[in-house]
Amino acid sequence: MTDVSLPTTRSSNPFAGLMSGTVGPVVVVVSAILAIWYMAAVALNTPFQQEIYERASQTDVPLSQLVTDTLAQERPVLPAPHQVVVEIWNTTVEKKITSKRSLIFHSGITLSSTLLGFLIGTTLGILLAIGIVHSRVLDKSLMPWIISSQTIPILAIAPMIIVVLNAVGISGLLPKALISTYLSFFPVAVGMVKGLRSPEVIHMDLVHTYSASRVQAFWKLRLPYAVPFLFTSMKIGMAASLVGAIVGELPTGAVAGLGARLLAGSYYGQTIQIWSALLMAAFLAGSLVALIGVLEKQTLKRMGMAR
Amino acid sequence: MTALASAKDTGTVEQTTSASPKRVIDIDNLSLTFETNDGPVHALADIDLKIDEGDFVSFIGPSGCGKTTLLRVIADLERPTAGSITVNGVSPEEARLNRAYGYVFQAAALYPWRTIAKNVALPLEIMGLPKAEQQDRIARNMDLVNLSGFEKKFPWQLSGGMQQRASIARALAVEPDLLLMDEPFGALDEIVRDHLNEQLLQLWAKTNKTVVFVTHSIPEAVFLSSKIVVLCPRPGRIYDVIDSDLPRERNLDIRETPEFLKIAHRVRDGLRAGHSYED
Repeated sequence: MTDVSLPTTRSSNPFAGLMSGTVGPVVVVVSAILAIWYMAAVALNTPFQQEIYERASQTDVPLSQLVTDTLAQERPVLPAPHQVVVEIWNTTVEKKITSKRSLIFHSGITLSSTLLGFLIGTTLGILLAIGIVHSRVLDKSLMPWIISSQTIPILAIAPMIIVVLNAVGISGLLPKALISTYLSFFPVAVGMVKGLRSPEVIHMDLVHTYSASRVQAFWKLRLPYAVPFLFTSMKIGMAASLVGAIVGELPTGAVAGLGARLLAGSYYGQTIQIWSALLMAAFLAGSLVALIGVLEKQTLKRMGMAR
Repeated sequence: MTALASAKDTGTVEQTTSASPKRVIDIDNLSLTFETNDGPVHALADIDLKIDEGDFVSFIGPSGCGKTTLLRVIADLERPTAGSITVNGVSPEEARLNRAYGYVFQAAALYPWRTIAKNVALPLEIMGLPKAEQQDRIARNMDLVNLSGFEKKFPWQLSGGMQQRASIARALAVEPDLLLMDEPFGALDEIVRDHLNEQLLQLWAKTNKTVVFVTHSIPEAVFLSSKIVVLCPRPGRIYDVIDSDLPRERNLDIRETPEFLKIAHRVRDGLRAGHSYED
């Protein structure tokens, strides 16, 4: 009896199909964002559009005309999604990679300092965590500095790093990468301290009964326990690295990189250019974090941690 | 009948041939006091205990009587605050560094990301044994606890009893003469526990190791032990030491015999007398 009534209540919801699986919900959320974006674009661009109509002495413009015009301005307050997509298409597929107008060229520059900074930051974070876990003195002396380092606004300290390093003759990729390092070492250090301390007391006792040295306890117990923590903090560190690289490109005089595109765009009111650089940065961050996710899955599977 | 008689015979033969068995653990006037925020806690007070080679000694007592703490002192996981203790004639720390004992914890404490064989291999890796020797010991000790064929399984694929057997194999792989077991079967159901008790006795008979076994089950203590140490709490001290006259080779049926019940009765009396019921 019950197994007959159950399907009928289920199928009574016409949107049930949308909510099952992953495609449905994703499509729903993306379309909602696009709808809100379009409505906001029309609303925000209308005042300027009406000024144009006034200057041209156009009156009684139909609403459909107004909507089309607000979504096709050259320098809109908020560009419409399709304008951004066209801009991205034009500056990636249509341009040579070596061109200064190619978004891929700029992304590549930002990516290289992001990755270098992330690499240095992750290494530094792991080394700091190892020191902190094994030495009470380092724990007491380093931890407050590590935490307070993150309270300084990166926008304030980034130009200082660039200027100081330039004064000692270091310029180019490394100063920008160091700003990424500054942001990305923190989550890794904190995450790894937590991870290296996560083995249960019983496991620590166990390796103690085997008279394992600290080095053996580290390799056989602490490090494997910390691996899931490492990947989680690496994901945060990677996103922070990208922010650091973009911020690092702002005070360099906006020569190249996604940060430079943002700065140049805001100088000349090129909002479409800004938004396309923003979307590109978001896409880059998403791909990098996803890449770490794949790496995480592979590693945990190999270690026997994934079921 | 004849089996019991012959078992008794071998027991007496052993006693006569090994007139002065090697002293494995010698505890003299040992005390341990934990300093806590609420003042000192006397976990152990004035413990005197001698354990000889081949003994199966059970520590039994209510929670908080210090039986686990005493075992941890032997294993150098806790340091006594007064008195002396030697393991194999040396300090517990030296004994630990010599890998004189294998320790079985209340929980199996297997690494979840290692297969059973890899878990058994852990102490061997730390000892730095050659690969061939490791393989040999893994196979031998997994066979000893009847886990052959489960080498490639992960801990979560095994039942609680099998996990605990794997942890015993891991302790045995060190090939110690002394086995320290801290309520190893406490978390298991009665049927599995009975079965593992029988297996443990067979193992003890086969290997002639010295075993120190912490439990709070009277039947378990009486069934397994050649010597039962009854502890009582506040402060943790020894109330009674009972030398069991049960034959070395026994099976579960022995629990119905009057000799068994007599010892169990004495243990229960000791626990009752030693336990202060003020709370």
